[in-house]
Amino acid sequence: MSNKENEQEKILNEVTETDYKYGFVTDIENEYIPKGLSEETVRLISAKKNEPEWLLEFRLKAFRHFLTLEMPDWAHLNIPEIDLQDVIYYAAPKKKKELKSMDEVDPELRATFEKLGIPLDEQKQLSGVAVDAVIDSVSVKTTFKDTLAELGIIFCSFSEAVADHPDLVKKHLGSVVPYTDNYFGALNSAVFSDGSFCYIPKGVRCPMELSTYFRINAANTGQFERTLIVADEESYVSYLEGCTAPQRDENQLHAAIVEIIAEKDAEVKYSTVQNWYPGDKNGVGGIYNFVTKRGICRGDNSKISWTQVETGSAITWKYPSCILKGNNSIGEFYSVALTNNHQQADTGTKMIHIGKNTKSTIISKGISAGVSQNSYRGLVKVLKGAENARNFSQCDSLLLGDKCGAHTFPYLEVDNRSAIVEHEATTSKISEDQVFYCNQRGINTEDAIGLIVNGYAKEVLNKLPMEFAVEAQKLLQISLEGSVG
Amino acid sequence: MLKIEDLHASIDGKEILRGINLEINPGEVHAIMGPNGSGKSTLSSVIAGRDIYEVTHGKITFDGVDLLELSPEERACAGVFLGFQYPIEIPGVSMVNFMKTAVNEHRKYKNQDPLSASDFLKLMREKKELVEIDSKLTNRSVNEGFSGGEKKKNEIFQMAMLEPKLAVLDETDSGLDIDALRIVANGVNKLKTSENATVVITHYQRLLDYIVPDFVHVLYKGKIVKTAGKELALELEEKGYDWIKREF
Repeated sequence: MSNKENEQEKILNEVTETDYKYGFVTDIENEYIPKGLSEETVRLISAKKNEPEWLLEFRLKAFRHFLTLEMPDWAHLNIPEIDLQDVIYYAAPKKKKELKSMDEVDPELRATFEKLGIPLDEQKQLSGVAVDAVIDSVSVKTTFKDTLAELGIIFCSFSEAVADHPDLVKKHLGSVVPYTDNYFGALNSAVFSDGSFCYIPKGVRCPMELSTYFRINAANTGQFERTLIVADEESYVSYLEGCTAPQRDENQLHAAIVEIIAEKDAEVKYSTVQNWYPGDKNGVGGIYNFVTKRGICRGDNSKISWTQVETGSAITWKYPSCILKGNNSIGEFYSVALTNNHQQADTGTKMIHIGKNTKSTIISKGISAGVSQNSYRGLVKVLKGAENARNFSQCDSLLLGDKCGAHTFPYLEVDNRSAIVEHEATTSKISEDQVFYCNQRGINTEDAIGLIVNGYAKEVLNKLPMEFAVEAQKLLQISLEGSVG
Repeated sequence: MLKIEDLHASIDGKEILRGINLEINPGEVHAIMGPNGSGKSTLSSVIAGRDIYEVTHGKITFDGVDLLELSPEERACAGVFLGFQYPIEIPGVSMVNFMKTAVNEHRKYKNQDPLSASDFLKLMREKKELVEIDSKLTNRSVNEGFSGGEKKKNEIFQMAMLEPKLAVLDETDSGLDIDALRIVANGVNKLKTSENATVVITHYQRLLDYIVPDFVHVLYKGKIVKTAGKELALELEEKGYDWIKREF
């Protein structure tokens, strides 16, 4: 094995073998800044990260704008009051890290990991995957950078990008999600700690799936990730985002921003499996997930595809969107959102048709169990100049039991007569007949529900890269455990 | 193999089965006939363990084990197969995936290792040939968009895959044209051994031209009121059920 491969192997092992079993609290000494949100906090974060003046200015403008905004209340969510002064906005791991044993992890959670049974062996096989592990707020390590660098691909932590490629960052930061966009977007723009940056140069097809494992680690640390993906002309990249978090009693706030830019003839595929801690069976704890994800198909014939499997978080507020500016550009949104127990999700997409012959597809599969509330909220907007714009939306809801809720809020704004917009929606239940049929073939009820749910979500799961699809299937099943009986 | 003693069962407080006694030995084929509403489908559901029915009295033993103590999936793995009158559609779940899960659950129950993908596909090819099922059917989702006949053939295919000791076929002939009937019946006959047994529940004598029973039972008002050889089926075909109804 060459040195480089050795190094890669070592890093992969480190990242994957450190008992990365979702609920694990890595014992890293944290360097905190005090709790609270103020201009001082913003300046302190920027200083800690040795940021250039222009970025501090960006943060301060965002912060000042944030102060003029109020928490949005239009979503179909019951959001407890969040005390932003009670949040630590920056925690960087110190150099040395040590791991304690799995014994310290909640046994119930451990059993879940056991069942998920993924990381160790399976992830080793993911040798085609570059992992940029974000532990808390600062990227600890970025792998495969050299291989990618040969192609001119930049894949690094956001902080590194600011240091090494300031012009690129400066040019694109906030160009898709301006700091004025929304409450949580403004907050993120002011206090974001780190994240990932990806640039694919003109004509380059990224040979591997780029993957970031986000983790929320330190107790009481708000996580404010910032991801920026720029696909230059005729380039292609598939980006994987996997999210997991340890079990906590206190609610944790997460407000991330993902911006994607696809230039002429470029294609970006962004896949997410999100299984952050959803809170316990009684709705105690869990992550509050307020995310702004948006891509712009800036050039002609470009394409952005969002695929998400959302099973985690106590509250999910998330609408990965596409601005279809270039002519013939394509936006896609494939989503499975599963809620159980007391989880609440209000998720969907926005497809903004600006260019001519733009096309968008929305496939949303909601699954609700327990006493959860699951809403699809989607906007399809066709502007005046968007001749021959097409949209197809399909929003299905599957209910388990009769105490949960499924809701669909489709919004259509069409200002061009040549546009064709279609919307289909269904609501169904898992029938006892289906479960009994499986039982009679020797399949127990839990596995039967898993089979049926995976069948229902298949259209979306098929869009995920292989290794993600396997994880997602198991996750759907595990997330529904105990919901039938 | 199967022994039913004074079985009473009800649904929503209404008694449907009122003292069934039945014994089935390996190698035997039993036909259960009877007019509508006599409890035929209830009997098959109770054997399979459908929980909407409540067993209020009596016993079912299967290979010496108290069947009523087992969950539906345990009964299936122990070797009880139910061919459904109305097979259920499961959208998005491929027949391959469904059968692989089922076969491996059966193997797990017997402490056998799961089949590898290639062994499984080989088994599936063999069984498809045996029961003359169209390969295209197994590439589709479970029963989704299948015609009535295809659904029934698919039941027999699943029976072939799972090799049950006892197969209870609930009105497998309903909705079948004569060609489909022949294929289904041939499948059942080919799967017959001296080790297993089949219970055929049917309205009509027609199926019994193809699947020849050793015993014919008439179920009426929740009881088996008459048992005889295959000639009973012919008699029923000719005279209808009225004479039975008059007798009881």
